[in-house]
Amino acid sequence: MSPEQQVAVTLRVNGVAHRVELPARRLLSDALRHDLRLTGTHVGCEHGVCGACTVLLDGDPVRSCLVLAVSADGHDVTTVEGLAEGDGTLHPVQQAFVDCHGLQCGFCTPGFVTTIAAYLRENPDPTEEDALEAVSGNLCRCTGYQNIKAAVLRAAELTREQTR
Amino acid sequence: MKPPPFHYDRPMDVDTAVRLLADLCAGGQHPKVLAGGQSLLPLLTMRLAAPTHLVDIGEIAGLADVRVDGSVVTVGAMVRHRGLERHPGAFVALPLLRQALSHVAHATIRNRGTTVGSICHADPSSEMPAVLSLLGGHLVARSVRGTRRIAAADLYVGPLETSLAPDELATEVVFPLLAPRTGTAVAELARRHGDYAMCGVVAAVSLDDEGGVESARCTYVSAGDSIAPIDLTEPVRGATPAAAQWVQAGELARSTVRTDADIHASADYRSQLVAVLTEQALREAARRARGLQAAA
Repeated sequence: MSPEQQVAVTLRVNGVAHRVELPARRLLSDALRHDLRLTGTHVGCEHGVCGACTVLLDGDPVRSCLVLAVSADGHDVTTVEGLAEGDGTLHPVQQAFVDCHGLQCGFCTPGFVTTIAAYLRENPDPTEEDALEAVSGNLCRCTGYQNIKAAVLRAAELTREQTR
Repeated sequence: MKPPPFHYDRPMDVDTAVRLLADLCAGGQHPKVLAGGQSLLPLLTMRLAAPTHLVDIGEIAGLADVRVDGSVVTVGAMVRHRGLERHPGAFVALPLLRQALSHVAHATIRNRGTTVGSICHADPSSEMPAVLSLLGGHLVARSVRGTRRIAAADLYVGPLETSLAPDELATEVVFPLLAPRTGTAVAELARRHGDYAMCGVVAAVSLDDEGGVESARCTYVSAGDSIAPIDLTEPVRGATPAAAQWVQAGELARSTVRTDADIHASADYRSQLVAVLTEQALREAARRARGLQAAA
């Protein structure tokens, strides 16, 4: 077999353009972690079930393990590293996870945080039921979902306070 | 695990894509079209598929449109599930699309996965092939030989197998609108909403001028291998939605639909779900049909 194809791509991650050369089969999750050294994005199941690797692609949450890095060429990626303010002020969703003990081991947290941040942009005032549905595509194996649900509601509250 | 090596191409128009597919196939290669990748990428990472080439159609202009005209909803190959689910015109014309799409995986997957891709993947555990089958729609396939329409009944060969040729590109899917006074519903049982269903039913009920049931038809998700529509009109024909014996229609479905066992459910349990969910879906579809008739 001929040597593996390398593809030059530009990944715009958290507003910064990275020019990298990658094997075509490199998953976006691995490109973020291994090539760009942005290890905030966690890889759990690697086939789209657990949601730990969720990032925002052009603003919408997607599984970065189910996107080829080459397919993200020229698109905007936001990882958990891109959510806090430049001065270190936490994003309302991150602050809510702190306030509500929404994380314990923290492995699944980046995927929850990116998913919830995008969800609240479109649904600023969720009910408890909405909050559970919003995180139903993400698995947590230790904290438990009650605190995470509380964090969704708290994040909505914090966002409303900010914009008032 | 990681995907096996493959060669990657990203054509910018349909003509280039189909020429590329034709050349690769003629050269003895095994290309696969990549759209949203929400089914294909897991197959690659689990090494269940090893195409020599991926042809990524994600940047081709003109494939991401939803068109609604008098009799059909046409969905381009790069329309994401989420885009179709939220399309206001498609919802008004064919509410069944949104009813079914809300059950297609979780929102994060729907943001990336495409409706045409799901139909081409032909998984009997997926909702959209069952919707296309119930509506009797068709797929439009392009190749260097030209354009052909493939009716739903001819498209699905078996689980994960369609009659699409390896050098054909599915460019759009066409969903016909329903007859007047026809209501639809989707009923599913899954461990969590958005997970693969243990069993799901897609139902359509049409009423006649007098408000009696004219037809009651269903297709099934995760029941067995078949996605062909089942006609369940017999036990309910002519009855009003309130008086119809929907339980008997469910029993007819139970005795007609062949179910399979897997790690999630036994065949017997699935048959029980077929009966119960058929009754629920038909009842809801009939209620909606009556609402449409009252509004007309």
